[in-house]
Amino acid sequence: MEKVDCIIVGGGLAGLSAAYGLASEGLEVMVSERGDYSGAKNVTGGRLYVSPIRQIYPELWETAPFERPVVRELVTLMGDGAHTTIELASERFATPPHQSYTVLRARFDQWLADQVMEKGGMVITKNRVDDLLLEDGRVIGIRAGGDDIGADVTIVAEGVLGLLATKAGLREGLRPEDHAVGFKEIIELPEGVIQDRWHLNDGEGAAHLFMGSVTRGMLGGGFIYTNKDSLCVGIVVGMEHLRKDAEQMNSYKLLDAFKEMPMIKPLVDGGTTVEYAAHAIYEGGIAKSPRLSGDGYLLVGDTAGLSLNALVTVRGMDFAIASGYHAARAVVGARTRGDFSAASLAQYDQALKSSFVLQDLETAREIPHTIENPRLFSHYPQAVSRLMEQVFTIGPGPSKKLSSTVIGGVRKDFLNVATVKELLGMRKI
Amino acid sequence: MTMSIEAKLGLDVFKIDKERHITIDTEKCRTVCTTKACLWVCPANLYEIDDQGNNTVNFEGCLECGTCLICCDHRALDWHYPRGEYGVQYRMG
Repeated sequence: MEKVDCIIVGGGLAGLSAAYGLASEGLEVMVSERGDYSGAKNVTGGRLYVSPIRQIYPELWETAPFERPVVRELVTLMGDGAHTTIELASERFATPPHQSYTVLRARFDQWLADQVMEKGGMVITKNRVDDLLLEDGRVIGIRAGGDDIGADVTIVAEGVLGLLATKAGLREGLRPEDHAVGFKEIIELPEGVIQDRWHLNDGEGAAHLFMGSVTRGMLGGGFIYTNKDSLCVGIVVGMEHLRKDAEQMNSYKLLDAFKEMPMIKPLVDGGTTVEYAAHAIYEGGIAKSPRLSGDGYLLVGDTAGLSLNALVTVRGMDFAIASGYHAARAVVGARTRGDFSAASLAQYDQALKSSFVLQDLETAREIPHTIENPRLFSHYPQAVSRLMEQVFTIGPGPSKKLSSTVIGGVRKDFLNVATVKELLGMRKI
Repeated sequence: MTMSIEAKLGLDVFKIDKERHITIDTEKCRTVCTTKACLWVCPANLYEIDDQGNNTVNFEGCLECGTCLICCDHRALDWHYPRGEYGVQYRMG
């Protein structure tokens, strides 16, 4: 059996980040990517938070193909015919170093694969791994297209579905309550039009999230991210809510309805849709994430359950890159010791625990079951928008005092046992 | 005017394998499944019931998200990724 130092299953951000670290240290590393190129199977909403990973491979971010730095954050609460938008325009976000950027994965991942190859790493594309090879409970390599290739250590970076890791017994199967599906259109628009519509200076970007009637009360929301000369316009919806949808409405129609909403239409008007994409998202949190390493293997990125939906911040790509980095360091350490056992590779688990990756996921431990509450996606966006509408309404008759409008609205929609209980629950997040 | 889902999928680059990567155990669908969530959860709308009453999937337009696999209560799907170099190839992602 042919053998290399390290095999990486999957040439997405986690796998390529690990490969970059290993190749930089002179290890013989082979990345197996099933797509025609890295990024061919990857989808983001989306934006990459660079702040947490800036010190990881600092030389890389100077030349990375980012779309736009996000300087405006908008959250729209969608009620029934009335919507309330909260907008943060931050001069700090607009000043370099920028904390986050929009990205398009096919471009971004290909660029990272190029960086890996420049360091001497091999990225083999059009190559699906069919199985992880096991011997006495340890992973000893891969099988791909009938060929077996051995490795001291295998890094499993196969993405959110984790089919190979599950088949090999390295993690549990997929549960709908732990996953959402995201689907989006990429809509081309001239740069100037994008900047006008979100009040941006040249080159700046916005992230615009939508909660409420957009998912008809199901966990999830809508999103628009501004790229250089396109928008990502999409929907995320929790699979457990979706499959139990009483109306059994085709999921894709949520996006069509979103684009047709009176407040969305002028934002996407005149654009040309050039691609339609979909991807699963892990939202089970740290409580349900798998064991990170064992004899001869490490799980990184989405395969390891490293993603976090905190409603207004949605992360995963920064965790993927950081986990790949720490995986590479752990493999280098294990190689120095000449020991690729679970005990030796646990250096990886320790490093992730001391890093922002598992610390932030630990902090967010209670978020997944808190946001399962459908009232977050129906009652509250509706109540906020109804109250705001009342505050701004001048009817034909005499108006009520502003204070009585607000107090009445608050009493009706927020001063009740359910809300108090939910607020108490919120303290945990 | 709203673009149809078929037209949206028509924008994507697919390299279609002759080997199907999703196989349905239609017996399970007929005998134990009462919900048939696959018919509406798929964001590409690839599932339908044919003239004989069997669940079918137009795997050629698959976006490989796995939603059908995760949502199927009865493990009626034999689902794996298309072979290397086949399936959807996102140009933007």
